[in-house]
Amino acid sequence: MRKLRKGNAMTQQNEVQHKIRVLIAKPGLDGHDRGAKVVTRGLRDAGMEVIYTGLHQTPEMIVEAALQEDVDAIGLSILSGAHTVLFPRVMKLLNENNMEDVLVFAGGIIPPEEVEEIKKLGIQAVFGPGTTIEETANFIRKNVRPTASAATGSEKR
Amino acid sequence: MASSSIPQPTPEILGLVERGLGGDRRALARAITIVENRTAEASMLLKQLYPLTGRAHIIGITGAPGAGKSTLTNQLIKEFRRRNHSVGVIAIDPTSTLTGGAVLGDRIRMLENYNDKEVFIRSMATRGQLGGLASATSDVVRAMDAFGKDIIILETVGVGQDEVDIAKAAHSTILVEVPGMGDDIQAIKAGVLEIADLIVINKADRDGVERLQLHLRAMMSLASKKRDWEIPILKTIAAEGSGICELADQAEAHLAYLKSSGEYGKREKLRLRDEMLSRISEEILIRLLKSENAPGGLKELLERIEQRELDLYEAVIKLLNGALQ
Repeated sequence: MRKLRKGNAMTQQNEVQHKIRVLIAKPGLDGHDRGAKVVTRGLRDAGMEVIYTGLHQTPEMIVEAALQEDVDAIGLSILSGAHTVLFPRVMKLLNENNMEDVLVFAGGIIPPEEVEEIKKLGIQAVFGPGTTIEETANFIRKNVRPTASAATGSEKR
Repeated sequence: MASSSIPQPTPEILGLVERGLGGDRRALARAITIVENRTAEASMLLKQLYPLTGRAHIIGITGAPGAGKSTLTNQLIKEFRRRNHSVGVIAIDPTSTLTGGAVLGDRIRMLENYNDKEVFIRSMATRGQLGGLASATSDVVRAMDAFGKDIIILETVGVGQDEVDIAKAAHSTILVEVPGMGDDIQAIKAGVLEIADLIVINKADRDGVERLQLHLRAMMSLASKKRDWEIPILKTIAAEGSGICELADQAEAHLAYLKSSGEYGKREKLRLRDEMLSRISEEILIRLLKSENAPGGLKELLERIEQRELDLYEAVIKLLNGALQ
């Protein structure tokens, strides 16, 4: 009721209930998730529904969670240096599950000279240390797919 | 949704339903998103799904934060899978009332099932649903039920009225208690004891189990209404998986009791009535808000109330008479 207070009810009805859902995932073996937790909390404060699945995730676990949760975006946080191995596997699995419409971004410690290579995989942004939450939230809002509809929900093509 | 009838389903909706019935997990995920967002497609989709529902056993798990609901849910998933049932889980976490955002973290305790295609876990935020959380949850349950999940576990937030609401959507409600959490008065205060069909004392390797058990028994014996179903008090250590098999047995026994006693149909009718009433109030609100700025609408009436030309009660009647036509 709170949310329908102002404006035209019909447009509100369509917009208000669509919440951006984001999965924040920690692939691989590094055990540091302070950054991931800060982003999780920050995106929540930006009004998004954020699913956090904890440490030590395999690419299979990440993609399965993203599929079941029907997220609009996935944030991969990595500090171990294994991104060159793990990111391509995540992207390949997303592709296999017909999930190219999910926005993927990365954060953590990624050498600047590798950013181009990572973007070629289809990862649309790399947010290193010093990025503000606002920057990340705005990027997500601007780049997520339009409201999910029946037309695109399929795991096979 | 305010139109006079529900439009014919689009080919996309029919396609989604067909894929979902064929076991496409992404179709189920998308169906849940659609009913949860209440988009224009939602009513068309629910109309298709509804005739396919009513087969699943819906189990609610409630209890204070930290009682071990997610860990217990994880163990129940594994136990029901051993019994060859497909399992759907809806794990609910609160939406921040300030920002509208939510952190959904219950999945963390259920990760080991990621490789099992017959397990589908969905996190859900409470949001500020117009028709109440129970209705919104029921729609998500319907999507899972229609697409063939045998057991659907609803894991609740852990506090407040939402608990009772969600339990209404379940056939069998498990209340999780832990020894040494809070004093005896908590159990009297909490309305959740009244909605429990099964009680679990989790973390049963801790001190105070006997005391808690005695206390719960005493509380149960005070219950005003005698029922044919005697609420079992079970002990589990969810982190180690002990006591889970018996819990699953008792949950199944409870469903059998509901069906043999006729209680199943009675509860279903009550639940549908509740849901129908909240849907009606939701629909009325949507219609009223749609014509908020029209002549004789909410805005105009509010001004007249403020000027003391009209009182609130009269205004409500005026407004409703207009909206219901």
